[in-house]
Amino acid sequence: MVDLIVIGGGPAGLAAALAAHEQGLSDILIIERDRELGGILNQCIHNGFGLHYFKEELTGPEYAGRFIEKLEGSGIRVQLDTMVLDITPEREVHVVSREKGYEVLQAKTVLLSMGCRERTRGAIAIPGARPAGIYTAGAAQRYANMEGYMVGRRVVILGSGDIGLIMARRMTLEGAKVLACVELMPYSGGLNRNIVQCLQDYDIPLYLSHTIIDIRGRERVEQVVVAKVDENRRPVPGTEMTFDCDTILLSVGLIPENELSKRAGIILDRRTNGAVVYENMETSLPGVFACGNVVHVHDLVDFVTAESQRAGAAAARHVLEGPAKGEAIDVKTGGAASYTVPQKLRPENIGKTVDIFFRVNRILGESAIRVEDEAGNLLARYPRERMAPGEMEHFLLPKVLLEKAQGRSITVIAEENEAVK
Amino acid sequence: MYDCLIIGCGITGAALAYELSRYELSVAVLEKENDVADGTTKANSAIIHAGYDPKPGTLMARLNVEGAALAKEICQKLDVPFQQIGSLVLAFDEADQKTIEKLYRQGKENGVPGLELLDREAVRSLEPNLSEEVVAALYAPSAGIVSPWEYALAMIETAVKNGVKLYRENRVESIERLSGGWRVTTNAGSYDTRTIFNAAGVHAADIHNLALPEGFQILPDRGQYYLLDKSEGTRVGHVIFQCPTKVGKGVLVSPTVHGNLIVGPNAEEIEDGEDTATTGSGLEFVKKMAMRSVPSVQFRDSIRNFAGVRAVSDQEDFIIGRASEGFYDLAGIKSPGLTAAPATAKYIAQLAGQNELTLKEKKEFTDSRRRVRFNELSTEEKNALIREDPRYGRVICRCETVTEGEIVASLHTPVPPCSVDGVKRRVNAGMGRCQGGFCGPRVLEIIAREMGISPKEVLQDKAGSYILMDETKTGGKNHG
Repeated sequence: MVDLIVIGGGPAGLAAALAAHEQGLSDILIIERDRELGGILNQCIHNGFGLHYFKEELTGPEYAGRFIEKLEGSGIRVQLDTMVLDITPEREVHVVSREKGYEVLQAKTVLLSMGCRERTRGAIAIPGARPAGIYTAGAAQRYANMEGYMVGRRVVILGSGDIGLIMARRMTLEGAKVLACVELMPYSGGLNRNIVQCLQDYDIPLYLSHTIIDIRGRERVEQVVVAKVDENRRPVPGTEMTFDCDTILLSVGLIPENELSKRAGIILDRRTNGAVVYENMETSLPGVFACGNVVHVHDLVDFVTAESQRAGAAAARHVLEGPAKGEAIDVKTGGAASYTVPQKLRPENIGKTVDIFFRVNRILGESAIRVEDEAGNLLARYPRERMAPGEMEHFLLPKVLLEKAQGRSITVIAEENEAVK
Repeated sequence: MYDCLIIGCGITGAALAYELSRYELSVAVLEKENDVADGTTKANSAIIHAGYDPKPGTLMARLNVEGAALAKEICQKLDVPFQQIGSLVLAFDEADQKTIEKLYRQGKENGVPGLELLDREAVRSLEPNLSEEVVAALYAPSAGIVSPWEYALAMIETAVKNGVKLYRENRVESIERLSGGWRVTTNAGSYDTRTIFNAAGVHAADIHNLALPEGFQILPDRGQYYLLDKSEGTRVGHVIFQCPTKVGKGVLVSPTVHGNLIVGPNAEEIEDGEDTATTGSGLEFVKKMAMRSVPSVQFRDSIRNFAGVRAVSDQEDFIIGRASEGFYDLAGIKSPGLTAAPATAKYIAQLAGQNELTLKEKKEFTDSRRRVRFNELSTEEKNALIREDPRYGRVICRCETVTEGEIVASLHTPVPPCSVDGVKRRVNAGMGRCQGGFCGPRVLEIIAREMGISPKEVLQDKAGSYILMDETKTGGKNHG
């Protein structure tokens, strides 16, 4: 029986495995489906990684490399080119590989760090023809940075997620013409720094409140029709613009990859598409933890690392000290807060503070995050200059305040100051 | 000179090739695309209809009921996914109730087995997720679901194994009468044949008119669909129809043999039979109509939209018959054409046998096909397979659990794919929720390697649908 099986050797899995090891766990196995560790970081050859965690600017492969180096001599085992097909509630992990065939591994704890996948054209029902030339931004990034191929020459990008913005710059630097970045919402879904560095610096227009209403072309994309949308996100007739292009890149959201979690019977949160987790990143299945983009989509890998270190340490404590104890209270949301991670807190299992992450569903100016108990008592208030859906919010809730809470839940509320009573 | 030349390798052409390959005949099939089953056959509701819809006494009624029985048998022999899950036609009001009673009587007359009229409670106990508004339904236990492209593939593969010649990327340009036959010229060559079988789908009238005076018209009619994730695949357990209207069988909701949920189609006349674009209004309509039957369908779990074109003709019945000496039309093959296909093939083969052809059965006829579906094997079988060929231990498509071994095997079948979508149609790689976002580049790499071509030459689907355009400035690999 393995102490800890980590599913996925990207940034989350690596940080979690190393943290568990530092906490004294020795028998750890990382299972990675690709031929190398590092996950999606391997195709992110731009810099900007590590500013928070390492206090320096690294490329994706460099950031992953820092963790992979630490594995050397740690005794943490790695099984590459291996796909996990199933996890059972009893923590049996079914895997298959060329070398070892089909195996069932038994673990004391399992850590889910499968990351996320990109939302596709079919998920958002973009109408039009279905020629070649339509890619998720991440697939185009893989072709460019891992395989050495460009997917096109004249590009329209739908969605202003960070990968789309990064690819706008990357394609431009490779000689392609990026004609437009089109965003359905009235605000960008990406980090502000990427809007500036990847679009504005290259004079690529960003069309907010616009979407693609038609794709034309038989073999390969030939044209795309873009229109303005109204407040209900419906195309406004008469606002159509036609772009002659051969390529459409989609950066329209990321979805945590939880097929394995679902099959294991883990409770998921429809808002995040990730597992419902406790303060220590434990899921509804005791002994199964989750961290990184498989729980909720992060903006920065640095935050994935921090979250994963907490999850890995908690998995180690689970093995070494026994399961976490205590009654849980629910974390609910109000105002513009659209979800929280964690969704459940066991005060007994919390040290001095607990990290709460969430996103807002619209742009807020001068505002505040309030935490209230069931009786409506204000437990804590955190002022913010601005909050935006593209930037994850985070605050530390002291245990002493949590212990004052009446009832079985607390509510995290994000509101602009005018609305605060 | 060939004995038979089939124009078009959709479901009807493939079924006919399979049927004719039983006999001592030289048979060729011309397909204008780079793959078979690439038109209407790959984009429809994927239903084996029970046969209560067609008017009694029509060829359509007869071929539907016979075809449904044959489909079951052929799918078993040729390893095609088929599930006889039964269908329900829902009634929402009194007028609908009259319609389903009429369908019931028609079905009885057409020889459809097991039909039943169900009251509200009986329907709801069969399908708890149906709308509260449903007052009754017609239940047809013999209806089923199939993988339409694998059905066509299996039949053409078997035909090729039995000696039929398949010529892809052969678009017919002219047809001239010779003494005792025809000369068919395509963009790629010229083929002399004693008989022509016109199974050209939406282009059947064009083909007919190249050889003979105008006979009928094809009025292409497009239908749009949603395909939903497997998480929605058990929303219903039967094919759920609404009452048929003048334009078709209405919007259905059904599980697919791959475990997804299919929702559609609408019906809209279009000019260009190749125009398979979806539209915002078409998809909106499909969504709205489907929610009338099954209000709880989660459209946020959509993984793909597509449209197919029905080869509707200006005549009510199928146009299947001998148009002239040595020239047979298999045209106007709208729904239930997929179901009817094997019966259509038998019917037309017999007809030709009474005229130009002599149907003498081959002594040796291969009538089986098997393909590895790694996902469906037992642990022992999986391990045995991986020991024999480790490529079966490498999962390429994680959504559908498709291995490198299966992809490589598909590239070496009698009718190998020549595109990423061709691989998808054969082994399901890229059919799942991530729609090839993860496995696409890996499948491309395998195709390039196995076919000995550059990655830049690998196609998404049809000829000219290139995936990659240029090398990056650093040229080739940055990594790994």
